[in-house]
Amino acid sequence: MMETWWRALTFTLGYNTSLVTVGAMLLAAAAGMVGSFVLLRKRALVSDAISHSTLPGLALAFLVMGVWQGDGRVLPALLAGAAASAALGLWLVQRIGERTRLGEDAAIGAVLSTFFAFGVVLITVIQTLSVRGQSGLTGYLVGATAGMLYSEALLIAACAVGLLLALLVWRRDLLLLCFDADFARTQGFDTGRLDLLLLLLLMAVVVIGLKVTGLILVVALTIIPPVAARFWTDQPMRMVALAALLGALSGYLGVSLSSVREGLPTGPLIVLAAFTLFLVSFLFSPRRGVLASLLAYRRLRQRVHLRQGLLALGRDEPIFDGLTLKLLQRRGHVRRDGVATPAGLAAARDAEHEERLWALYRRRYPDDALHREHAGLTPIGQVLSADAIMALEAELPPAETAR
Amino acid sequence: MPDSRLGKAVIASPLAIQGLTVSYDHRPVVHSVDFITPPGSMSAIIGPNGAGKSTLLKAALGITRRLSGEVRVFGRPLEQETRHLAFVPQRSSVDWDFPARVIDVVGMGLYRDLRWWQFGSRQLRRRAMESLARVGMEGFAERQIGQLSGGQQQRVFLARALVQEADLTILDEPFAGVDAATEAAIIEVLKSLRDEGRTLLCVHHDLATVRDYFDHVLLMNVRRIAAGPVDEAFTEENLQATYGGRLSPVQLARLVESPRAGRRVEAGQR
Repeated sequence: MMETWWRALTFTLGYNTSLVTVGAMLLAAAAGMVGSFVLLRKRALVSDAISHSTLPGLALAFLVMGVWQGDGRVLPALLAGAAASAALGLWLVQRIGERTRLGEDAAIGAVLSTFFAFGVVLITVIQTLSVRGQSGLTGYLVGATAGMLYSEALLIAACAVGLLLALLVWRRDLLLLCFDADFARTQGFDTGRLDLLLLLLLMAVVVIGLKVTGLILVVALTIIPPVAARFWTDQPMRMVALAALLGALSGYLGVSLSSVREGLPTGPLIVLAAFTLFLVSFLFSPRRGVLASLLAYRRLRQRVHLRQGLLALGRDEPIFDGLTLKLLQRRGHVRRDGVATPAGLAAARDAEHEERLWALYRRRYPDDALHREHAGLTPIGQVLSADAIMALEAELPPAETAR
Repeated sequence: MPDSRLGKAVIASPLAIQGLTVSYDHRPVVHSVDFITPPGSMSAIIGPNGAGKSTLLKAALGITRRLSGEVRVFGRPLEQETRHLAFVPQRSSVDWDFPARVIDVVGMGLYRDLRWWQFGSRQLRRRAMESLARVGMEGFAERQIGQLSGGQQQRVFLARALVQEADLTILDEPFAGVDAATEAAIIEVLKSLRDEGRTLLCVHHDLATVRDYFDHVLLMNVRRIAAGPVDEAFTEENLQATYGGRLSPVQLARLVESPRAGRRVEAGQR
């Protein structure tokens, strides 16, 4: 089993499987990029509406092709049908949002469930008819790459490349739209058209992704990789690129895993791979990860305790807090019996001086001080320039006589 | 070519608004307002809360749809001449947790000059850094925008407008929620822009500073009440008409007669 997976990972499981894997990777990369913009535009749920409203179109196209050709499984026709009904669903969501006082979320909920219900009814009807290739239809619900034809894989890969190119061309326009649409308008960008473009790109990704992840799960590819990417960077274009990379990686892992054994569903495996990448980002990202913020919290707590301890030493007050004593002892500021050492007294004087400088700074620049991280605990020399400190020192009132 | 039937003042003006009306839910919030921004001026739009000041700006810039009226930039329709305008929106209009650094936001002012195959250049970065230096934020270029204070965020938006080197800069309440030091820094930059011959148009809230900061005013409350040089238009009578008697005689006397006396009067608090 491990060996099969290894062969899938190294693209030695046959030409067809390799092409499917590459196609899925390209698709997932495009989904990650489109998804980043959609997420930043705060419309992540729209992809859910799109994917669910593909079902009736898909089923109808299957029915038409089945009656006409004898076999419903004609990918281009199915995708066209899916796209048509997704477009109709999107249009409805837009109209409901514009014409009524309902929010977009309510419109999405209403449209996606109605369309999906209609699609399910159509599928049940199809199952009572004797059209060939019926089993292929369920593949569009959870995704199936195993039996994918060479031509199908090629179509998906080609479309994904086209999408990636389109995103490259319009990356700045879309970014401006997401960050500040009003400003974009004053710059002569047509934001209405850009919003439409974004929706069309999203629709294309969803429709092409149907065969790979299935319509229920394709939404995950447009949300999870961007969210995971956000943990690693504060730069917009890097986030988009990283989302593409994480998406491609999920596609690679998911498709190769699903080729290990017959009947393993591709879509869920891709989504689980994406989730694993998200989990790693969530826990270990040095910027926003859980672990990093936990460590930062501990560091802050130590600093606060140390500062409080030193100030207490300076004022010759007794210290009872266990952690404070431990920290002071570890740094040699107090002896084991709690009496301050000469070094401890010097440190206490420094701490007091810092404290007074910060207090003065807070009084002079309240707005700036509010937004400095932990203003007052970081050594002032690390935050302010030497000139600024000199200026503060000059203004410092003479110290009260130490007791 | 500009329409020959237009007045000279309209052709010379970087933003001439004529008969502008905007409505929300069948109710006009801006009704038939005219204002010809004098070139090279520093103009303030003044009025109580809900007077439609921001809406007027947004409609004039094509952000909000207008019901009627014309907006001309140097005599030509606005749509062809957006290049002459730079806009500084209200700070609260964007999500500051957006994945962007200060330099990224300032760079957005240059997006329209970049073609898709260009990946930015040293020259563009230099221009962005110059703008940041002008507002005193060059040390913050690599900061995530969410880590900035309100005043710093406002200065970043100003830098994004500066980088466009536009003839007219339009600001929507640039001094809302910033500290006194930032306000002074921003007004310094705006005055230097005017000294370069550029035009500024500001929605402004603080009546006490109007005389110090601006040379022209538009007083409005849905409709235009008065407009012109501060000395002519910023009068007790016009203020009373604009604020509908909400200013006390004491406040008015202080604003109109001895503007530098000091205490700030926040509009609409009474």
